[in-house]
Amino acid sequence: MGDVMLQEAISVAASLMLLISFALLAQHRLLSVLHWFAAQGVVLALTTLLVAVISGHNELYFSALMTLLLKGALLPWLLWRIIRKMHVHREVEPLVNMPVTMFIALTLVLVCFYVALPIERMSQLVTHNTLAIAMATVFLSMLMMITRKKAITQVIGFLSIENALFFTAIGATHGMPMIVELGVAFDVLIAAIIFGLFFTHMRSTFDSLDLDVIQEKSKR
Amino acid sequence: MSISITLWVLNLVQAALMVLAAPLLAGIIQKCKARLQNRRGAPILQPYRNLLKLFRKETLLAENASWIFRTTPYVLFTTTALAASVVPVFLVDLPSALIADVIAMAALLALARFWLALAGMDIGTAFGGMGASREMTFSALAEPAMLMSMFVMSLGAHSTNLSTMVEHALHLEHLLPSVAFALAALLMVAIAENGRIPIDNPSTHLELTMIHEAMILEYSGRHLALIEWASQIKLLLFATLIISLFVPWGIAESAEVWPVLTALVFWFGKVVLLAVALAVLETGLVKVRLFQVPEYLSTAFVLAFLGMLVHYILEVGA
Amino acid sequence: MIDSALFLAICAMSTSLFASLLSPCIGRFPALQRLSVSLLLAVSGALAMAAGLFGLNSSEAVITLPIGLPWLPMHLHLDALSAFFMLTIGVLLLPVGIYSVGYLKEIVAKNGSIQQMGLFLPLFALGMQGVVLADDAYTFMVFWEIMSLASYFLVTFEHEDEATRKAGFLYLLMAHLAGLLILGAFSVLYAAAGDFSFVAMRNAELSPGMATAAFLLAAFGFGMKAGVVPLHVWLPDAHSAAPSNASALMSGIMLKVAIFGFIRLIWDLVGMHEFVWWWGALVLAAGSSSAITGILMALQQHDLKRLLAYSSVENVGIILIGLGLAMTFAASGHPLIAVLGMIAALYHTINHALFKGMLFMGAGAVMHATGSRDMESMGGLIHRMPVTAVFVLIACISISGLPPFNGFVSEWLTFQTALLTPHLENTLLAALIPFSASMLALAGALAAVCFVKLFGIVFQGQARSTAAAEAHEVDGWMKAGMAIPALFCLLLGVLPTLFIPLIESVPQMLIHTSLSGSVQPENWLWLTPVNADRASYAAPMMLFGMLIFAALIYWRLHGRGKRILRGPVWSCGHAQLNPRMQYTSTSFSQPLKRIFSGAYLPEVHEGTRYGTHPLVVRTVVYAVYIGDLFYRRLYLPIGRITQIIADRVAHEHERGMHAYLAYIFSTILLLLLWVVQ
Repeated sequence: MGDVMLQEAISVAASLMLLISFALLAQHRLLSVLHWFAAQGVVLALTTLLVAVISGHNELYFSALMTLLLKGALLPWLLWRIIRKMHVHREVEPLVNMPVTMFIALTLVLVCFYVALPIERMSQLVTHNTLAIAMATVFLSMLMMITRKKAITQVIGFLSIENALFFTAIGATHGMPMIVELGVAFDVLIAAIIFGLFFTHMRSTFDSLDLDVIQEKSKR
Repeated sequence: MSISITLWVLNLVQAALMVLAAPLLAGIIQKCKARLQNRRGAPILQPYRNLLKLFRKETLLAENASWIFRTTPYVLFTTTALAASVVPVFLVDLPSALIADVIAMAALLALARFWLALAGMDIGTAFGGMGASREMTFSALAEPAMLMSMFVMSLGAHSTNLSTMVEHALHLEHLLPSVAFALAALLMVAIAENGRIPIDNPSTHLELTMIHEAMILEYSGRHLALIEWASQIKLLLFATLIISLFVPWGIAESAEVWPVLTALVFWFGKVVLLAVALAVLETGLVKVRLFQVPEYLSTAFVLAFLGMLVHYILEVGA
Repeated sequence: MIDSALFLAICAMSTSLFASLLSPCIGRFPALQRLSVSLLLAVSGALAMAAGLFGLNSSEAVITLPIGLPWLPMHLHLDALSAFFMLTIGVLLLPVGIYSVGYLKEIVAKNGSIQQMGLFLPLFALGMQGVVLADDAYTFMVFWEIMSLASYFLVTFEHEDEATRKAGFLYLLMAHLAGLLILGAFSVLYAAAGDFSFVAMRNAELSPGMATAAFLLAAFGFGMKAGVVPLHVWLPDAHSAAPSNASALMSGIMLKVAIFGFIRLIWDLVGMHEFVWWWGALVLAAGSSSAITGILMALQQHDLKRLLAYSSVENVGIILIGLGLAMTFAASGHPLIAVLGMIAALYHTINHALFKGMLFMGAGAVMHATGSRDMESMGGLIHRMPVTAVFVLIACISISGLPPFNGFVSEWLTFQTALLTPHLENTLLAALIPFSASMLALAGALAAVCFVKLFGIVFQGQARSTAAAEAHEVDGWMKAGMAIPALFCLLLGVLPTLFIPLIESVPQMLIHTSLSGSVQPENWLWLTPVNADRASYAAPMMLFGMLIFAALIYWRLHGRGKRILRGPVWSCGHAQLNPRMQYTSTSFSQPLKRIFSGAYLPEVHEGTRYGTHPLVVRTVVYAVYIGDLFYRRLYLPIGRITQIIADRVAHEHERGMHAYLAYIFSTILLLLLWVVQ
């Protein structure tokens, strides 16, 4: 009974993760990208909570709370502040246009599905079928980093890769050991702060957060 | 294929209900929108009065209208009504669902659209051509999304027969994420196909923004009445399709008096809820630019395709 | 004793041959020539139809004629597959023959003679019939080349025009390249069988490598002839250059003969047991891309016949989707579903022959009435040519895949096949096939856009030129020619249940499984490919329902004897509308041009000429040119590279005496080394 419920809950969460990854790719405005990123954090926290309730691992409650605070609230807020302070242009500037990005994204999901197939067959875990989706989420975040111009979107892409990995861990093994999780959480937090500092410096040195502009200027 | 007389009679009742109740849905939506805009609004039965008035008025045809222009209202009404009669409304087991499955139903609606677009081109005004061009273009882009979302549903049900699909949906035991994706896609397509905000504004006559209205500018009298009625039926058809496929709870599985009556009440309640939701949506949103429509429709397609992938990854593999 | 169906088929071929031989002898009497050639073609078509119908019901018949090479007499046979394609050929040849009686009159009046046409049109028919009947590779290739060469002369019929000559050259080039590839495929099979006869090839054991080589060679060779993207570039030029009756045959059946060749070689000679899963996937991908590319290109044409030619690319794509599905399922051990896919493909084959033939005949009628192929100069023809308009409308509805006509049945069957994907073990394919199906849905919906445009611009609205305003209806022969396929379109659309059991003998022969073995068709009313729970479609009931509803409304609304008034066009109160204010063909497809601009790469030429003052605009010029993407991005670069290599080689030639001696010397040295090894 518990297994079936767990599986269903994780399935729903996995499809939500996939949906959010696509939503992140499809946004035109930077702020809505941020909103979806926050939503990803919340979904992650909810998944953790569900797994905690169903599997009865107590430390997962703490993990869920931390995820919610850190990834659902703190990181998006930090990024939002950066955007506001830097007066970043509100539009997302894609290098590749939307329909093509979507098409590549769908293909990526298919590829991940194909790659994960043999692994899933071997796996005995109840949640083995989320592996493909978790992998796809990682790749989609990478796609976002590749196809967007701004440094901010790259940071969001990076952070959502981390989210995807966390999701894989939750889905596959009911969460990593607490100590690892804490370590990673702090790493991410520190990284976000460092990114913030970087942005400030980049801005003051190059007058822009657009990577093409930065590259152009640093060549001179 | 022994199909009892009762079922056929109920089927006819169902078809008649779809046809006759369609203006009511339009009335409810109008009323809701008016209330949301702090107006009192026309009475709920106003669409019936409009139709009656149009039927009584004399019909005026342009000088160079051909027979296509004259037959269009009839073809449109006929095909739409026929499409509406194959969707289960209050009874799962529908003999007419055997005549046309969901693909054939979509094709019937496409036939209606084909004819309407020809009528738009018939007189040779710029508006007619513009409407025809836009309507055909956008519906072409909506077609794969609609079909893909139907595919997701029929992959699970192993059938494209609407009765079987509804029965399958009724007995779903698990939470299936793919169904949610398909629902989202179908909702988006339904809004586009019926020319509602944010794709088209059914109440506008502003020439640069209209799509559907541009094709029927030259119609009057009973011709116009039939066209209006047909588009109301189409709206109810999509509402019922969404209800029966995704939230079928309450629908009668046997042709007995009591289940059928409760199913009727359930159906009516769900349609009203959808109407309110649509009114809220239309009040809150604005019409998007014409060339954002393809992006909207491709989003619907991506959603439906994701639904299919999720079906394969999470539901078949499991 | 010779089999009656085969006898009829050989009679059909002899009639074609006779017509072709007779034509030059009576060249001095154009009227007689025109009448005899056309009617003989029609007779040949009727015979082919009869042969096909009988052949589908009877067992295989073989005959060996003592013609040809001394050690290789001509083997002919008629099995279910040949019979089906004989039927397809006949079903279009008959109406085109009748149509030609009227159509050629016009050409005689314009050109003075129809010598070339009289000789090559029947020869072309002979070639196609021969290919279908061939039972050895040699006979196949001979008839194949007759077909290609005869059609080359038909394409260059109006050779005074430079564009026509260019189209003819490209066609000849591609046709021969295709011939070469097919020859290659046969050589592979010959290497395994040691004999040219199909019987030997069928029984030969192929290694997987050889099977793959044969498949690839055949796929590219026949694909080139069938106009599969990206091998389609010759098709729009050639089909639009040929006279309309010839283009009806070329688009309607010559492309199908290429499909026949592919089925014969891959399904029959190589055999189903050799299939690998990616063969089906390749065909499926080629089909999907052809369907989408074809219809997208068709949408942007305003030359009537080019539009139809590109739409043929789309329809070949749809056939290939069905065929690809069948191959995929056959390779993964689901013969029953493969049968369904095969039936869908075959059904669409005959459908396309019917409606595309009819559309080309309609285009011929329109061109004959207005003297132009440019849609932008037409309009309002429904008032001047009411009968032609009805036939073209029927063809437009059929080709858009709308009920109750035949196009819908085949598309529906293809969808049903695609929906059976959960039976596949290969989950990647199972996820890709619905994508293909949705591309099919997109192609079908875009086809509806395209043919609304065609009908709306050509037949509706107001006349855009004086020629269109003074157009006149065509004569009885041409009307009759279009009426026959129109009737078949309706019959095949309403009564698929009678036709499917007939063509089922083809998959029975190739896959050794039949649908009716597992599912009894309920009766003539319901089309239930798998079982009634799964999916069903009752076209007669649908038609009946439509009529009932229509009668009801008519009775309610017209019982009161109200008159309909006619008045001037309203158009939101615009006064003085003129035909130039209408939507044109270009403006109709402008939204799609913008949406798919990435695929079209349109070149826009805009210019404004001012008068004395910058506010006084004299003329505004706006021209959009959309070329074939593949021609520009694939063929021209290949051509350029070839040119560069050729230049290099030519340069080597200019080295003089010493260099040549060095070449000879090194060649001898290399040969010696090779021999020693």
